[in-house]
Amino acid sequence: MTAMKHTALAPAERAVELIGGDLTEKSLRLHLEGLPGVDAVGLEARAGALGARSIKTTSKAWALDKIIELIDLTTLEGADTPGKVRSLVAKAITPDASDLTTPRVAAVCVYGDMVADAVAALGSAHSAGGDDGINVAAVATAFPSGRASLSVKIADTAEAVVAGADEIDMVIDRGAFLSGRYGLVFDQIVAVKEACRREDGSYAHLKVILETGELTTYDNVRRASWLSILAGGDFIKTSTGKVTPAATLPVTLLMLQVVGDWYRLTGERIGVKPAGGIRTSKDAIKYLVTVAETVGEQWLQPHLFRFGASSLLNDVLLQRQKLRTGRYSGPDYVTID
Amino acid sequence: MTFLEYAPAPESTAILNLRKSYGLFIDGAFVDGRGTPFQTISPATEVPIAEIANANGADVDAAVTAARRAYERTWSKLSGADRGKYLFRIARLVQERARELAVAESLDNGKPIKESRDVDIPLVAAWFFYYAGWADKLDYAGLGPSPRALGVAAQVIPWNFPLLMLAWKIAPALAAGNTVVLKPAETTPLTALIFAEILQQADLPPGVVNIITGAGDTGKALVNHGDVNKVAFTGSTAVGRAIAKSTAGTGKKLTLELGGKAANIVFDDAPIDQAIEGIVNGIFFNQGHVCCAGSRLLVQENVHDEVISRLKHRLSTLRVGDPLDKNTDVGAINSRQQLERIQELSEVGEQEGAERWSPACELPTTGFWFAPTIFTNVSTSHRIAREEIFGPVLSVLTFRTPAEAIAKANNTPYGLSAGIWSDKGSRILGVADKLRAGVVWANTFNQFDPASPFGGYKESGYGREGGRHGLAAYLEARGWNSPVPSEGARA
Repeated sequence: MTAMKHTALAPAERAVELIGGDLTEKSLRLHLEGLPGVDAVGLEARAGALGARSIKTTSKAWALDKIIELIDLTTLEGADTPGKVRSLVAKAITPDASDLTTPRVAAVCVYGDMVADAVAALGSAHSAGGDDGINVAAVATAFPSGRASLSVKIADTAEAVVAGADEIDMVIDRGAFLSGRYGLVFDQIVAVKEACRREDGSYAHLKVILETGELTTYDNVRRASWLSILAGGDFIKTSTGKVTPAATLPVTLLMLQVVGDWYRLTGERIGVKPAGGIRTSKDAIKYLVTVAETVGEQWLQPHLFRFGASSLLNDVLLQRQKLRTGRYSGPDYVTID
Repeated sequence: MTFLEYAPAPESTAILNLRKSYGLFIDGAFVDGRGTPFQTISPATEVPIAEIANANGADVDAAVTAARRAYERTWSKLSGADRGKYLFRIARLVQERARELAVAESLDNGKPIKESRDVDIPLVAAWFFYYAGWADKLDYAGLGPSPRALGVAAQVIPWNFPLLMLAWKIAPALAAGNTVVLKPAETTPLTALIFAEILQQADLPPGVVNIITGAGDTGKALVNHGDVNKVAFTGSTAVGRAIAKSTAGTGKKLTLELGGKAANIVFDDAPIDQAIEGIVNGIFFNQGHVCCAGSRLLVQENVHDEVISRLKHRLSTLRVGDPLDKNTDVGAINSRQQLERIQELSEVGEQEGAERWSPACELPTTGFWFAPTIFTNVSTSHRIAREEIFGPVLSVLTFRTPAEAIAKANNTPYGLSAGIWSDKGSRILGVADKLRAGVVWANTFNQFDPASPFGGYKESGYGREGGRHGLAAYLEARGWNSPVPSEGARA
């Protein structure tokens, strides 16, 4: 065991910078265990207070459009087909056929084998590395469980990147994390990050899913957030959406506090993506408030904050129509994808 | 636009049904006062809200006479269960009219609507519910079988939590079988007068609760009235001391809840983000107009810079402004007089060499406002570390060891509350045990519950409010050989 603790880890740039050149299981563990604790009652109270903000009129209109711009429109079903993905992409491009001023979503999020279909369906609307357009995000690394060998995870990731994925949503090995094998989790993230590398030397953006519903404690969430950032994650993401609880406001607040700390320490901005369980505009606005008041408004951009959601978009569209017309319509006035 | 400039979200005042002028509530009805009436104003705008009657000595006498009569003829004859019914009814009516009471409180006091809505008024209802339950269980108040009510209670309350302080005073007094004459503070009488309407709605027998308005003279006449059996006061230490002197030797039972200069102790292993929230809540809740406010931050020296930097960042997100806006975090200072005191002590702080800092924030041009302020480099000998400022001003001191933290925390003439922030349970328990303060919060601050006794050491007063202890303050034990009366006659 002691020997293992001195095992050298993959020399991820951020970790080497912060912890030191001789990065080992032990030095990583010391760092993670030295993080300040989280008081659950206080964290939840703060999230409650942020969730109680009253966002009205012009602020609400701005927020609704912003939410759409930050959505990763998602389909992650065993029953997904090319047809389903095309339908999702059409919705991503034209969220509301009755109002063409409606902004487009940030990305569509699909399983790895659907990436090519998504890219084809997007056509010229695909960002393909540019600043405009819609990204394609692929879940990878034996999503959602993460229970596969490292070589399978790397292949899963690399194939999605080759197929044209702009973003990779990987899952961490929660079993390894909970049993204290932080180094293993770390090395896997570093390896997957390398698998995100394209032939031209650029990288697909890496979102690291912590699956906070399985990590259970806020202290674990804070450690896993740090670990993922140190290993090179561009984003930290709460959940797969396949485990309950998925995203919660306190967990997202905590992860925002971590990226805020990282920014103060290094000047580098890391993204946060709550995913799963955010279904209403009202809930999503609470997240916008939490972002703005915790790390600042500059985080409310697609490269720094995303919602992983499927049904959220239609609720936002209904709210948007209500603001425009002054009356509520019904579910038949927005399209199913 | 920037998102953080949230669009205005004001709570509507349309729910209020205020009168142009309010009389004194004596013997179940509003009557004219004999003193010169005064205006109560909104501290956020200085706009008058209503004209308020001013009780002179004769009015005080009328109120005490009504209370005595109600005690002798009605209230002391009721069973505990029946008294409880009235208290439950009052509690429910407070809940029914919660929004109206919250709006009135924020209008008259200047506190943010989110606090009056989510803290003050729910606690008012909770206090009446809690003591309603006690009314028929006085045998278990810790004073032996069938304890006796004291008689007429004279109660004088402050302006920082107008209706909540009223509830703290009236609920246990009535549960124990006393009748009451209560005087709210002259700057915040509004919710007490709406409460009087609630008492009418509840059909409380006339004279059981009398509410008289006025300034210091009225309060003085009330506590010094010869037919009063119990005096309960919450307010400044100076006035409390005067009351203690004037009631000495009169046989009146006395409880005092006075000032404070609480230490909020942050150890280096504290859950840092939550500690920052606790510091903010400790001193900027209710504009710092809180007797148990965590006005002295004691922070372990090795995390001082980290804590201050995070605290400043957090303060820059506080929203100061219209108390009725649902997004306001810090409202108006309650009065010009209080604002001047805060300004004066803050200037003293600068002169004494402490470093003053406030976030950039635009204050309204009318009304009474003071930006959230922190002083660093404060020494224990500075006046801002000794005197109660009673405003949104935090003094930051440092310590090196737990023993030093305890010594500095206790080095004050006050002793109302304290806070401890640490992830280590044994340290929390060890330190809490040595703090001379009536309430010690661990990893939280400014939490109140009707079941928990509240009160101070030293110059913070004596007696406890809340819980069984708060009930006992309105009861006396029967002599060991007194006959126990039959159930129906029990007070």
